[in-house]
Amino acid sequence: MEDILNRLQAIDRRWLYLVIFAAVLVPFLSGLKLPAGVPSPATTGVYDYIERLPSGSVILLSVDYSPASLAELEPMAKAVVRHAFARGHRVIALALFPEGAMMINRILDEVVPEMDKTYATDYVNAGFKPGRVAVILGMGKDIIGVFEDTDAQGNALSKMPVMAGVKSYKDIDLLINFAAGNIPFAWITYAHEQYQQQVGVGVTAVMATDLYPFWKSGQLVGVINGLKGAAEYENLIQKPGWGAAGMSSQSIAHLLIIVFIILGNIGYFLVRRRP
Amino acid sequence: MGFIAGLFMVFTFFVPHAVGTRGSEMLLEWARIIGAFALILGLASLFRTHWDKIRRRQAQWGYSVVTLASFAFMVWAGIIYGTGEGPVGQRLVTVKSGALFEWLFNNVQVPLDATMFALLAFFIASAAYRTFRARNFEAVLLIIAAIIIMLGRVPMAELLHLPHGEAIDTRMPQIYEWIMQFPAVAGKRGILFGVALGAIATSLRIMLGIERSHLGG
Repeated sequence: MEDILNRLQAIDRRWLYLVIFAAVLVPFLSGLKLPAGVPSPATTGVYDYIERLPSGSVILLSVDYSPASLAELEPMAKAVVRHAFARGHRVIALALFPEGAMMINRILDEVVPEMDKTYATDYVNAGFKPGRVAVILGMGKDIIGVFEDTDAQGNALSKMPVMAGVKSYKDIDLLINFAAGNIPFAWITYAHEQYQQQVGVGVTAVMATDLYPFWKSGQLVGVINGLKGAAEYENLIQKPGWGAAGMSSQSIAHLLIIVFIILGNIGYFLVRRRP
Repeated sequence: MGFIAGLFMVFTFFVPHAVGTRGSEMLLEWARIIGAFALILGLASLFRTHWDKIRRRQAQWGYSVVTLASFAFMVWAGIIYGTGEGPVGQRLVTVKSGALFEWLFNNVQVPLDATMFALLAFFIASAAYRTFRARNFEAVLLIIAAIIIMLGRVPMAELLHLPHGEAIDTRMPQIYEWIMQFPAVAGKRGILFGVALGAIATSLRIMLGIERSHLGG
């Protein structure tokens, strides 16, 4: 018994890595599908808001994450864009994060062919703009001006039907920020507080705790929370994607980590009780 | 000067008069231009740091060679090669689909960046086993909360049933939501108030010239 305890306490971490690797990989390879959970009110907040908007409304997407957070944020971004297109809304995408413009391309390249939408008429990629707070504040006065009347491909924004009647935040029905950093706080502080822009966010699970106070206070319409939020949103629009697929791996990994915690503590207490 | 600019921006935030608004818009435009230059500064700093490392043959300077070579290749792919069509001056790629730059981004940067972040799962698993110990009452509370949050975050909990047949998931997501919406929000609000007061104090110190560390002093 003592030998087992000692071995358990001194187990090579590479064995743990191997087990967690298998736990993540096997569900993907086996195609294991677990039942979807009940959508959280934070996720349905964003869904319901988009659902209530009249067709042709303008949704601004701020895509502010790098490939590091792609696994969590891209499925939810695609789900929201699918929802917006299905409801007949116009989508203006921009990035305050350097890699964001490329991430927008990844989202649109997949969703647009499915939804039969036209660039410049139904959607536009305005690209990356440095300056964060200055950009957010500037858009309160003149969105096209902030982007110097140029989209990510060098076309004139002012001549695009998708930008018709869009001057400032008062012409934007909803802003959704997909982020893995602190940019949502800037949108809340400046776009919402100064210009009363309605804001929703899609963030990594570790960031959700930081954003919940703003959702509870009504400063956010909703929070799409990590991979689970993405899976919930995919279920709401009845289009399961990578969010739902990833949940099987995440579920087993979570359960495994719980087992690790319990095993680690059993070993800790048994060793401590020894004379 | 910093004091006047800061005071002016605070004033125009609370008193949005047309005259002040024009001034604040101009300052915001300046901020956007400075923001763009900050990117150039960052690139220059990256180049200088790694170039110095290579020049002095410091430990692991080979990685710096890879960094600078990759940097130069991405700049070439984005600015010089660009779309690969027409004269060089017109090739500049922005975020055009199908360009070499996008191919490199999707097939090199995305997997590398995602892999780096994915390593976190292995470290968390190892830490959960080795260091997440119920050493005291607070640690026990933390472990219980962590287990509830982890179970509440996964639909797998729907498959787990209590002895009398009731699915755990019917209550686990509710407990999860309660923790997230009340204790977590209460704690977070306290932190946010502290951060906000700290930010106001720091801003005042900068405006009054007491805090000069951002100037390198």
